[in-house]
Amino acid sequence: MEKLTKEDVNPKILETLLADTDITVEDALENEMILNMGPQHPATHGVLRVLLRLDGETVVSSVPELGYLHRGYEKMAENMSYYEFIPHTDRLDYLSPMMNNVAWVLAVEKLAGIEAPPRAQYIRMLIAEFARMASHLVAIGALAMDVGALTVFLWTLREREKILDIWDILCGARFTNSYTRIGGVANDAQPEALAKARWFIDQFEENMDECERLLNSNRIFVERLDGIGAISGDEAIDLGMTGPSLRGSGIEFDLRRNSPYLCYNDMDFKVITYKEGDALARYFVRADETRESVKIIRQVLDNMPKGDVLLNQPKKVLPKKTEIYSRMEELIHDFMIVNFGINPPVGEIYHAIEGSKGELGFYFVSKGEGKPWKCKIRSPSFCNLQSLPKLIKGYMISDVVAIIGSIDPIMGEADK
Amino acid sequence: MDIKDLVVVKLKEKFPKYNFETSEFRNELTVKLDKKNIVKVCKFLKENEELDFRLCEDVTAIDWAKRTDRFTVVYHIFSLKNNFRLRLKADVDESDCSIETVTSVWKSANWAEREAYDMYGIKFKGHPDLRRMYMPEEFEYHPLRKDFPLMGIPGSLPLPKKN
Repeated sequence: MEKLTKEDVNPKILETLLADTDITVEDALENEMILNMGPQHPATHGVLRVLLRLDGETVVSSVPELGYLHRGYEKMAENMSYYEFIPHTDRLDYLSPMMNNVAWVLAVEKLAGIEAPPRAQYIRMLIAEFARMASHLVAIGALAMDVGALTVFLWTLREREKILDIWDILCGARFTNSYTRIGGVANDAQPEALAKARWFIDQFEENMDECERLLNSNRIFVERLDGIGAISGDEAIDLGMTGPSLRGSGIEFDLRRNSPYLCYNDMDFKVITYKEGDALARYFVRADETRESVKIIRQVLDNMPKGDVLLNQPKKVLPKKTEIYSRMEELIHDFMIVNFGINPPVGEIYHAIEGSKGELGFYFVSKGEGKPWKCKIRSPSFCNLQSLPKLIKGYMISDVVAIIGSIDPIMGEADK
Repeated sequence: MDIKDLVVVKLKEKFPKYNFETSEFRNELTVKLDKKNIVKVCKFLKENEELDFRLCEDVTAIDWAKRTDRFTVVYHIFSLKNNFRLRLKADVDESDCSIETVTSVWKSANWAEREAYDMYGIKFKGHPDLRRMYMPEEFEYHPLRKDFPLMGIPGSLPLPKKN
């Protein structure tokens, strides 16, 4: 962090910073200062830059600055086919790439008017829930690390590694998976992967208990989060927060329940809410949600239907590789889809799923061509970050780190 | 009554003189309206107790390139009470590239409108802090416009000044 002079700060940002005069701290040092936090700061979880106006150690106002990881994905999506963009979705929320894959193909399928076979839908639910757990485990570990409890980070990452191993068996990649396809998934889930998934969920809850015991009985951790960054449910909705951050404020809003997709209607799980709305409540929501994910994964594994994992729809879905090399018809379809795209009908759709950070949605405008005319990514981290100035206002500078950790922004997604 | 019909009926009841065009695709309702009415309609949709569109998910724009009304501003709003998503659209012409801001209705529209301004150059009148969201302030272009090349424009991004 460095102290800035007036000349260093963009005049428009300075104006915003100085506009806010709600808080005065009586016994603080007399000189106010503007402090630059990030973009290269370990506690900002990526390249988030926050300009803080401080009175002593109290944050009077703040301006988050985004765009340090802006890669223009929406522009790129307008210039490539729906298939080509799947690997790019991995790079949005890079802690739960599978979730983005699922969100993308569901949106494209809705636009094209097709639906994946039941087994593919179950596999998608399986990987989406694993992605949610993987993301929450990092969120919890990183939050604990930010407030000084390093051990938990190592323990949660150990659990996350096991999920990455399952993904490795499933699709051959640990991190940037690109596992889903339009109309299904790339390959059927192998028996080893499913066996490992079952082994993982059987041992997970015990290990999660251990992690939670380390945190919940840790006085420093609890006291640094308790009552910090509090926001009421109505304010949170007004600021566009979704996901665990909103459920921590007592609003029961979960797209898996509110507008069910895949087969979430058949699943038995609870939407976790805490009414306090502070950083500690947001941590509790995440910790409890990993257990709900375990419940869903168990049901998915128990009820996994048999059958194909790729839709038989030659105009919209890429044929299997073995068929391309042996049959003429499939070769033609493959050529057409790879070169000209799947050409969904003229129209526009918005499809959102409950991502690990909140509502992850894609908005397409199609002109009937192989490329989307317009693609908008509604990323939860971006919308959640908007509440940051409200959350950190009036708290100490050391709380800023804890609050950023508690809303769990991923800059790859926020900056697109 | 089905929620889709309810929205349309309520809107026509409250604003009989306004021009609403409704369309449906893949079970999603789109209501198109004149840009001068946008704030009033949004306020009504949010504050009406039966409709209760409290969550503004997204504000974005579409560039139609060669059309007369070049841009369309798109709002996605969600009603927690009815579990229903509504899409509002308003056309904006290039000659008067501006529309009233809805930040007075939903605070979450703030950054979304800044992003739309950054990417398309649509000015949101009355916005409290209309700066660019992603691109540097000195940048002269609006990258998601269809006339901005995919490869970018060489030299358009200024390098940071040396101290």
